[in-house]
Amino acid sequence: MPRDKKINKVLVIGSGPIVIGQAAEFDYSGTQACLALREENIEVILLNNNPATVMTDNTCADKVYFEPLTVETVERIIEQEHPDGVLATLGGQTGLNLALAFSEQQTLEKHGVELLGTPIESIRQGEDREAFRALMHELDEPVPESEIVEKKDEALAFAERTGYPIIVRPAYTLGGGGGGIAQNEKELRHIIEGGLEASPIHQCLVEKSIAGFKEIEYEVMRDANDTCITVCNMENIDPVGVHTGDSIVVAPSQTLTDVEYQMLRSSSLKVIRALGIVGGCNIQFALDPVSKQYYLIEVNPRVSRSSALASKATGYPIARMAAKISIGYHLHELLNPVTGHTYASFEPALDYVVVKFPRWPFDKFSYADRTLGTQMKATGEVMAIERNLEAALQKAVRSLEIKHDGLALPECRETADENILNEILQQNDKRFFYIMEWLRRGGDMETIHEKTGIQYFFLRTFATLIQKEKDIAGLSWENWSEEQLLIWKKAGFTDEQLHALSGVETGEILQLREKLNMFPSYHMVDTCAAEFTAETPYYYSSWYKESDRQAEPVENKVLVVGSGPIRIGQGIEFDYCSVHGARALKEAGYEAVIVNNNPETVSTDFEMADHLYFEPLTAEDVLHVAREEHVTKVIVQLGGQTGISLTESLEQAGMEVLGTTSDIIDQLEDRDRFYQFMKQVNVPHIPGVSGHSRKETLKQAEEIGYPVLLRPSYVIGGRGMAIATKEEELVEYIEDPANDIEYPILIDSYKPGTELEVDVLTDGKDIWIPGIFEHVEEAGVHSGDSMAVTPPFSISEEVKQLLVDYTQKIAEGMNFHGIFNIQFVYDAGELYVIEINPRASRTVPVFAKITGEKVIEGAVHLLLGHSLNTWTNEKGLHEEPGYYTVKAPVFSNDKLSGLDPVLEAEMKSTGELIGISKDLSGAFQKAFAWSETQIPLLFKKTGSVYCEIADGEYDKAKPSLDKLEGMGYTLVFPQHTPFDEWIYSEDASAFISIPEIGHKTGKERRQKALIERKTIVTNARTLSVMVQAIQGAPELPAPIESWLQNYALSEKGV
Amino acid sequence: MKSYIKLETGEIFEGSWQQAFPDTYGEIVFFTGMTGYQEVMTDPSFHGQIVVFTYPLIGNYGVNPTDNESTQPQPAGIIVSEACGTSGHYEGDQTLAEAALAAGIPVMENVDTRALVKNIREKGDMGAVMSGNPESVNVGEYEPLGERDVIDTVTVDKQITVGSGDRHVVLMDFGYKQSMVDQLNKKGCKVTIVPYDTPKETIEGLAPDGLLFSNGPGNPKQLEHYLSTYKELAETYPTLGICLGHQLLALAFGGETEKLRFGHRGANQPVQDLETNKVFMSSQNHSYVVTDESLPKESFRIKYKNVNDGSVEGMMHTKFPIMTAQFHPEAHPGPADSEEIFDEFLETIENKGREATYA
Repeated sequence: MPRDKKINKVLVIGSGPIVIGQAAEFDYSGTQACLALREENIEVILLNNNPATVMTDNTCADKVYFEPLTVETVERIIEQEHPDGVLATLGGQTGLNLALAFSEQQTLEKHGVELLGTPIESIRQGEDREAFRALMHELDEPVPESEIVEKKDEALAFAERTGYPIIVRPAYTLGGGGGGIAQNEKELRHIIEGGLEASPIHQCLVEKSIAGFKEIEYEVMRDANDTCITVCNMENIDPVGVHTGDSIVVAPSQTLTDVEYQMLRSSSLKVIRALGIVGGCNIQFALDPVSKQYYLIEVNPRVSRSSALASKATGYPIARMAAKISIGYHLHELLNPVTGHTYASFEPALDYVVVKFPRWPFDKFSYADRTLGTQMKATGEVMAIERNLEAALQKAVRSLEIKHDGLALPECRETADENILNEILQQNDKRFFYIMEWLRRGGDMETIHEKTGIQYFFLRTFATLIQKEKDIAGLSWENWSEEQLLIWKKAGFTDEQLHALSGVETGEILQLREKLNMFPSYHMVDTCAAEFTAETPYYYSSWYKESDRQAEPVENKVLVVGSGPIRIGQGIEFDYCSVHGARALKEAGYEAVIVNNNPETVSTDFEMADHLYFEPLTAEDVLHVAREEHVTKVIVQLGGQTGISLTESLEQAGMEVLGTTSDIIDQLEDRDRFYQFMKQVNVPHIPGVSGHSRKETLKQAEEIGYPVLLRPSYVIGGRGMAIATKEEELVEYIEDPANDIEYPILIDSYKPGTELEVDVLTDGKDIWIPGIFEHVEEAGVHSGDSMAVTPPFSISEEVKQLLVDYTQKIAEGMNFHGIFNIQFVYDAGELYVIEINPRASRTVPVFAKITGEKVIEGAVHLLLGHSLNTWTNEKGLHEEPGYYTVKAPVFSNDKLSGLDPVLEAEMKSTGELIGISKDLSGAFQKAFAWSETQIPLLFKKTGSVYCEIADGEYDKAKPSLDKLEGMGYTLVFPQHTPFDEWIYSEDASAFISIPEIGHKTGKERRQKALIERKTIVTNARTLSVMVQAIQGAPELPAPIESWLQNYALSEKGV
Repeated sequence: MKSYIKLETGEIFEGSWQQAFPDTYGEIVFFTGMTGYQEVMTDPSFHGQIVVFTYPLIGNYGVNPTDNESTQPQPAGIIVSEACGTSGHYEGDQTLAEAALAAGIPVMENVDTRALVKNIREKGDMGAVMSGNPESVNVGEYEPLGERDVIDTVTVDKQITVGSGDRHVVLMDFGYKQSMVDQLNKKGCKVTIVPYDTPKETIEGLAPDGLLFSNGPGNPKQLEHYLSTYKELAETYPTLGICLGHQLLALAFGGETEKLRFGHRGANQPVQDLETNKVFMSSQNHSYVVTDESLPKESFRIKYKNVNDGSVEGMMHTKFPIMTAQFHPEAHPGPADSEEIFDEFLETIENKGREATYA
């Protein structure tokens, strides 16, 4: 059936801010869906409060509502916009939960609006475990022995019957949130309590564990005519027991016979048909490694992280097709955009191997529990494509951008022999590296197979790599042959790795390779294993000889360095910047080449750049691409710290790095040079010094005066940042092995003033600033974790002017063009620069959205060598809007046990959102109560508030406490009520826990309150705006377009 | 040890093999399925062909005793990017190389299979020779597969009866796959496999309830001599034709076949049922196709079409209970989406039986 002509206007529900288990993949799927609908001349209305997305661009939707994802908002938007249909299956679990909520309230029926795509009943049947299990029994499809429980005793009784281990899976939670595997009764008691609490319907599935089975996933699609296809299957290297989001995954499956592959495929088709899904669906199986027994583990009746991965792994755009199907099309009516001449009703055939590797936040969260289980903990992931598994794994590992040394983690190298196995058994993020270390030290595969259940096929791949490491180390340079070198390159060893293993200088290796003309070839991801010609500009490298295409050495070509996996401090915002960078280049008449390795993102959609290379972001990989593409110009300012770190190597290799140099970067990063520079441009900076040794650090800190802010150089996201209020604390920081100190350490005087942040466009002469963000929390709370407001709400015009003047001086003084970011602190009447980041920052997409200005396009204009006045007539600070935008961080703390939910110098948030309103309290309200399930308990319940506030902070919090009391809240203090008594009291709603600056007092209680899902406030200023927000009057939702129309007109309230 | 594949068009691709082999000729074709190498290796339709696997890792799960489609490996040669040297799968009792070697089939690895496949895609399935010394090879010297009587080498020597059941299906063997027999057995049929040149009288003597014209290698026109018998048989018994069997039935009723530039070989060929418009995935393995315009409209209507290239994928006779499929409803390797064709076939047998009873 061709498209349903009744559908002309569609409300699309986005997934909101990024949290663990729901990351950039929904920007990718949402963007694809919106564009697919617009292609059909459908008016797209989007609800999504995540500003860092491409999806919320005005090129993706006709109207964008940056509003809380609540039933209330949906209903109001329906009343205002009168859409014909609502599409909710592309917004992740958030979208799905919202759909379930508004269907319960009959919102759509009331307004005569159709739910597009998969019917709500199918969603319910896929999501509700009991309904799902009943259906599987009906279909005669096996599910593990399990029971739905709503009480702890029921779970214990089930375990009594079936025996341990038992898996607990709470209903309707993200990424398996709150679940786990219990080995015994004690553990079960603990996990089930948390699980029931975590489930919004207080329901858990307890299941006999099938840990150790092969975990296999299928991505399935179905149209309304019942045509079903499986786009891709995937096999987890880590067997059942580790969440698939935390598993190393290969595509397609590697160890299944055709009989097994087809058995599970047939089961997938049977299930998707029975569910009646119209669109995409993810189905997870457990397969006994020694029989044909399998079980269905889970069905996700929507696009997912796995479907994004499958799309990138195969080239088949699942979300795009799902959107088309939802408006009536059948698969065979849709062209496969990769080949352009075959149809979407087929199954991709791969002629390469894909490896997905999770990116975990434990480099930042050294105190969090690293154990992997049913709760996903990764913040992001990388994908690698090669023609063999060894090389694909190698590419994946080096795409992670973690501190590693080839295939080894430095810390694994240092572990004693007798501890290696124990480390492997920890089943944490380091397991792969410890297995490698085990093999490296001559350990056997049998033990690992037995202990981890990892298939021999994979272990042998690991062992092959270890053997090659030994070969490399064992062959002296004079005996290197072309054949030998090629074997190593084919196994994925970079020149750096070869150097580290053999001692031969990388320069010499490169010289040899140049002599031998030994460079990678590039192949297309074409969905069809070369059966048909394809036009997709989507490539990966291998070390065979023949590339699929000969790139033209055109002059107007620029390479954009992408930002790699999503991690704390480097999120989706840099993907937004990369995508806009590529787009701006194309608009300026250049060919854009993107190199990136994150399968979740929009930038790795082959429709974005002219040429997409799915490769690791190391200098060698990027330079190989540059060589293949004959491109000499490169942009590093848009890919976060990833691009910045590559600058020097790219420069040395002769590339023209646009707008910046490694010298400028060094000038800003090296303390001494930075101060010299600030002195030269006559701008005050926070007094600080560098400590090159322990002794020097202690001495310097003494001189600067406590409290001091400590941080290693060259970081983003405040990794290893801390405040020390006295010498003992500094010593503790230095000595803590978790901090993994590398000198020099930067030691700043700590100024607890108001932080201000700007992004700046400059041609080296003039500047343009899209806006100023004023942070709510004082300096010392990481800027990524602060709430921030633009335009500023408390600083004077004079300070703003001073800030602009300083910015002008800095821009003039740097030999830089493009975009950069400055963080200031205004403390005791003085304005200081904290730091300068010579790149785009996380606030860029926000400014772009709320001003309607094409900030990245402007930056690219400057990067291409044009002057600012040919892009805008404005100079200095852009005209400020007549409305407030609050940017709020979103945390995934509930998914990472062991983490202290206190705001501090180290960044912890995984995502962000915005709330817009003409007055502050309204904007704060939208920021705090940002989704149906995330409204703070404090907002919902006028209950009791436990106040544990350090003496030094009490006065700051007092006015807010008074207000709370005035609103009817009961204040409870430790002097009168023990915490443990309060936390279990019926009316407990919020825990205000404000330690002294730099201290962690109250950590256990905060963690407890987190588990109990109480509102936690750890900063007096946060408290103050939260109290304001509670009092904010409810507002009608408004799209950004109408705010922009009245940009400067609305009267700001306070 | 270095080895080479030399194509009829002159290109030479380098690879290696574990031990030296004499020059080996075959028709070079590529298979795009990501699993199922064992089924491919033992499918008689690949007899005489050099199979290039597009998926780069082949042999991962070894070779097991249960998934064979015939008693021995069939292709002339096998070309892969990487052949897995071990089998970690619980069923596997041989490695790919061991199985091939035991059957005297050369396996070439470390070949840039993608480059090779692109070549075949552009220039078509053609003759090729695997050799340790390609300079000395003249591919043109060898007799092309399409001109050879290959069926004789793969058909059964004498009739064999497999399984038991209420219904009796005679399988005309052109190089059948075991899965076809398994499917029929599973559905309660006794199957008698007969050589492709079995006279009509002999078949009548078996009193079949239905006939299955099997798959097989080579050019259907090599069997022109038998077409009239096949036509008579098909007009007498409910008939199912699969792959080569489908082509032979088309030819028998006056249709035409032609060779594709490069065949359909894989597990992801989309086929549309023209009655329901529903598309399903099919397992395919053929070089020749029935041409659409050649089909006599009074005898056959097209039931299935290939979504990619619009080629004929199956037919129904307008008068007789004859149905055909170019694809493999028995799967193995590949999807079992069209398995119900066997049910439909058995239904025609049931209906035929009823007609006989009530006529």
